[in-house]
Amino acid sequence: MLPNTKNNIFSVEQVRKDFPILQRSIHSKALVYFDNGATTQKPQQVIDTLTQYYSFQNANIHRGVHSLSQEITTLYEAARVQVQKHLNAAHAHEIIFTQGTTDSINLVAYSYGKKYIKSGDEIMITTMEHHSNIIPWQQVCEDRGAVLKVIPVNAIGELDLEAFEQLLSQKTKIIAVTHVSNTLGTINPIKYIIEKAHQNNIPVLVDGAQATPHLKVDVADLNADFYCFSSHKMYGPTGVGILYGKEKWLEEMPPYQTGGGVIETVSFERTKFASLPLKFEAGTPHIAGGIGTATAIDYLNNLGMDAVARYENELLQYATIQLLAIEGVKIIGTASKKASVISFVVNGLHPYDIGMILDQQGVAVRTGHHCTQPLLEYFKVPGTVRVSFSFYNTKAEIDIFVLALNKALKMLL
Amino acid sequence: MSIEAAEKEIIESFNILGEDWEARYEFLIDLGKSLPLLPDSEKNDDQLIKGCQSRLWLKSTYDGQTVKFRADSDAIISKGIAAIVIKVLDNNTPDDIINAPLNFIHLTGLKEHLSPTRANGLVSLIKQIKLDALAFKSQKQVL
Repeated sequence: MLPNTKNNIFSVEQVRKDFPILQRSIHSKALVYFDNGATTQKPQQVIDTLTQYYSFQNANIHRGVHSLSQEITTLYEAARVQVQKHLNAAHAHEIIFTQGTTDSINLVAYSYGKKYIKSGDEIMITTMEHHSNIIPWQQVCEDRGAVLKVIPVNAIGELDLEAFEQLLSQKTKIIAVTHVSNTLGTINPIKYIIEKAHQNNIPVLVDGAQATPHLKVDVADLNADFYCFSSHKMYGPTGVGILYGKEKWLEEMPPYQTGGGVIETVSFERTKFASLPLKFEAGTPHIAGGIGTATAIDYLNNLGMDAVARYENELLQYATIQLLAIEGVKIIGTASKKASVISFVVNGLHPYDIGMILDQQGVAVRTGHHCTQPLLEYFKVPGTVRVSFSFYNTKAEIDIFVLALNKALKMLL
Repeated sequence: MSIEAAEKEIIESFNILGEDWEARYEFLIDLGKSLPLLPDSEKNDDQLIKGCQSRLWLKSTYDGQTVKFRADSDAIISKGIAAIVIKVLDNNTPDDIINAPLNFIHLTGLKEHLSPTRANGLVSLIKQIKLDALAFKSQKQVL
């Protein structure tokens, strides 16, 4: 079950062997997968966990008295503890399994909004949020008569912290901010934002979808009130997300979805809801996904998050230098602290054209607005080409990408 | 030129290009660059065909006999694809346009652009062209 390396500095060649998909070719060329920001590939260990579950362990959790159900319930709850430890959360019941980051954010927006947001209140987000961390809050504002306030970004793609402090007010009821920008790669000063917010008794929700694959996240150290992320962006299965919430909030918040699993007792007069975490986990969850997430976390911890971050930063620096050497390339987002994500545009060319020609050469990148339309509007570009690196990518792959990009530019210009 | 003859011409061009992706894309790019542009004043939301990534504008006009199309896109490959579709359907009667089976899309390998995730608007373009032709046809019947 262990990945091929336990060293602090891992061997990329060894690591690549854990990911069967990296052996594939696309249009008869070796796949260069640089769309890790959309979803990461899965190591054999995670795939094996899913296969093992469906082959030999399948049963429903929290229900049966029979051995299979007991066995898988134990594994599923162990996965919850694994996530708790990975995040350094105080309690396992502060970890809620959801369908993904979007689902986690919707849960908090709905439930926290229902309990705490009133007419005239303010909800604060930032210009660089993914649509998933904009729309749920817009909906709450519409429903409750609250006002959405937006922290601006500066020209290099960092949050304007002075503006942030000016926006803080008695009316601010929650701040929702991304840890790492999916479009720009900017690593935001989350700890500072949380500290300032807490001085004003405002809780903070952090969208960690793009942070958890790249950085060691410690919710106790950050003192985050809510931290949301997706398993599939950090080498786990699709369809599983995590919501970490401080006990004091989750205890007070009403259920988001109701049905089987969330109850203690039900009569036609009233329902008494179960305690945490089950209160927020209606219906049969993605059991295989939950235990697969634990395997993905194991995998990452065996590589070492510090080693992952160091290596990915090397790739980021290398690719940045290579890209800037190409005439006409403009990198959107040049913050001093970045995760291994680069967005760029070239001489007025449409990102779609570049993406299509890169694909013909086996290079998978993301093109478009990356679900951050307000941010791209600020940078006055219709879209970007985005490359996002994982620890299984190599400098040799960056060289292939640069050659492919040069070819695309030659064809298009 | 009839739709059938225009389709045949396009299929032949693609056959000559063969399996070489570079040649095929260069062909699309050249066509895209050659497509008469729409002036900015005509690129309004009424003419916009919604694809996910590239924007594509289509302007259809009808003289009572045949329909004429002009198109533009902010992406060159999308423009190239639009140029091919227009080359096939331009200057034909609404009925011929509505009934055109458009086999050339499958026979030229353009079908890879039909996937909605490719989002170049080819599917929406064809749909809009046929809708416009239908509208012109009923307009004529009313007149």
